[in-house]
Amino acid sequence: MKVLVPIKRVIDFNVKVRVKPDNSNVDLANVKMAINPFCEIAVEEAIRLKEAGVATEVIAVSIGTKACQEQLRTALALGADRAIHIETDLELDSINIAKLLQKVVEEEQPQLVILGKQAIDSDNNQTGQMLAALTNMPQGTFASIVKVDGDKVNVTREVDGGLQTVALTLPAIVTTDLRLNEPRYASLPNIMKAKRKPLDVKPADDFGIDLTPRTKLLKVTPPADRQAGIIVESIDELVEKLKNEAKVIS
Amino acid sequence: MSILVVAEHDNSSLKADTFKTVAAAQAIGGDIHILVAGSNCQEVAQQAAKVNGVSKILVADNAAYEHQLAENVSLLVTELAVDYDHILATALTTGKNFMPRVAALLDVTQISDIIGVESADTFIRPIYAGNAIATVQSLDNKKVITVRTTGFDAVASDGNAEVVAIDSVTDAGNSSHVSDELTVSERPELGAASIIISGGRGMQNGDNFKLLEGIADKLGAAIGASRAAVDAGFVPNDMQVGQTGKIVAPDLYIAVGISGAIQHLAGMKDSKVIVAINKDPEAPIFQVADYGIVADLFDALPELESKL
Ligand SMILES: Cc1cc2nc3c(=O)[nH]c(=O)nc-3n(C[C@H](O)[C@H](O)[C@H](O)COP(=O)(O)OP(=O)(O)OC[C@H]3O[C@@H](n4cnc5c(N)ncnc54)[C@H](O)[C@@H]3O)c2cc1C
Repeated sequence: MKVLVPIKRVIDFNVKVRVKPDNSNVDLANVKMAINPFCEIAVEEAIRLKEAGVATEVIAVSIGTKACQEQLRTALALGADRAIHIETDLELDSINIAKLLQKVVEEEQPQLVILGKQAIDSDNNQTGQMLAALTNMPQGTFASIVKVDGDKVNVTREVDGGLQTVALTLPAIVTTDLRLNEPRYASLPNIMKAKRKPLDVKPADDFGIDLTPRTKLLKVTPPADRQAGIIVESIDELVEKLKNEAKVIS
Repeated sequence: MSILVVAEHDNSSLKADTFKTVAAAQAIGGDIHILVAGSNCQEVAQQAAKVNGVSKILVADNAAYEHQLAENVSLLVTELAVDYDHILATALTTGKNFMPRVAALLDVTQISDIIGVESADTFIRPIYAGNAIATVQSLDNKKVITVRTTGFDAVASDGNAEVVAIDSVTDAGNSSHVSDELTVSERPELGAASIIISGGRGMQNGDNFKLLEGIADKLGAAIGASRAAVDAGFVPNDMQVGQTGKIVAPDLYIAVGISGAIQHLAGMKDSKVIVAINKDPEAPIFQVADYGIVADLFDALPELESKL
């Protein structure tokens, strides 16, 4: 079975983003970019399915500027077989991303699509679910265990109260949570090999989808600053402060 | 304007979070209805009828909705959505699961995790782990929104709404519930607690979380954790506080053996008072803490417990 893995290029998770002085957006100039950590977990899961003989082909797809080919090459170096880049300079809303991915799903007919549960830039947590709705597939979101079993996949999900396991009829959508796996590092030989793996580039405009923005970003501001407080010297002092100054315990 | 709020519940009780989501609906303004989709959930409907400022409760009581399967609930909500301008759910794992499906079926994009309402079409939401706050205008005709509860104060429980049964059943038939493995605890839930004490990698193992339990019991606190503590298997996943875990804003948050990574801060930095216990004076957690103590947690915790 084919596994499709949509991935997103985002700011590196170690970088603390800054807001532009004119409050128009965040400043990403000269900032280190990387594959979204949850997407990396998705790539890893797909590769493990292939290594286990469950998947036959792993296809990575990314939507964005030419720069996101860098992240597609990373996915190829990690073990994806081929990549598709849907090129656009527009900042697309999730619904439009999901519609483009729907076209890829129609063309590639994967049995499983694995996405990250959320991108650490927009923090939306919605593209996978939207793709599931558009393709009329069931979904296992926030997955910590994925087990393919014949024409079904069992997904154990991280939910507020603990864990929930659902059984989905394939084809299905999975979105990854942190505990699903620990992604590997790409080895140097694999990075070299990835340069020769197929990477198809398709302009987003060729998909015949209306990509008109659905949202308008009016302003971006830094969060309210939190002042560092004081260092107390003893537990006695801490308890005294919490009781009498902060008044949060009695 | 008319607003549909999808209730967060477990078939027997309405979650306090719904009272906050209704507060967001009131900030938008309009006739507010609540949908209770579940199985044997009449009790929840009765509780929902008391939520302040709500005129009607729609109850879809059917086995298809027992486990809030996204495939089924999203079809139901989409069907009902014709009558509403705004559809709101709480940004917890249930709402995050089904709501984007509703948005896609309605051909709109979702405005996720709002913490403020500017107007009926403009909302405030954190992005980049809360390191930037975006003001976003929705250009779609219907607004599908998830609400971060730390942004809104719960409305009162003094209402008297009409309860109406919804008979249509939407079962997508492509997913089923297998099992739940829920964490059982006598302590308050993270989202509802006014005091939280959280442990990180510095706790070293799950057993040492007992050091937090004694303090939590004295304070009536909930216990949380960093990702590192969950990944290491010290504690279950539902205890993770942070950008990609639970977002909390209690009156008092005590971080023990937690360094203060961006992703952890994203989940707790709106707490009223923050205390940090860490042996490393350079730990970033001290930059957001109101009270810090540079100490070995294995000395500090027993002493703290004895002095409360
Ligand atoms: C995509 C993504 C999502 C993430 N989401 C989250 C999230 O939601 N929540 C989250 O928490 N993290 C999240 N993280 C992880 C985050 O980046 C950090 O790795 C994590 O928060 C670190 O946990 P920690 O502070 O417990 O561990 P560490 O950073 O290792 O810190 C341990 C601290 O304990 C202190 N310590 C050790 N021993 C003692 C002692 N005896 N006494 C006192 N102090 C001691 C040390 O000085 C240190 O400061 C995410 C990361 C990624 C990439």
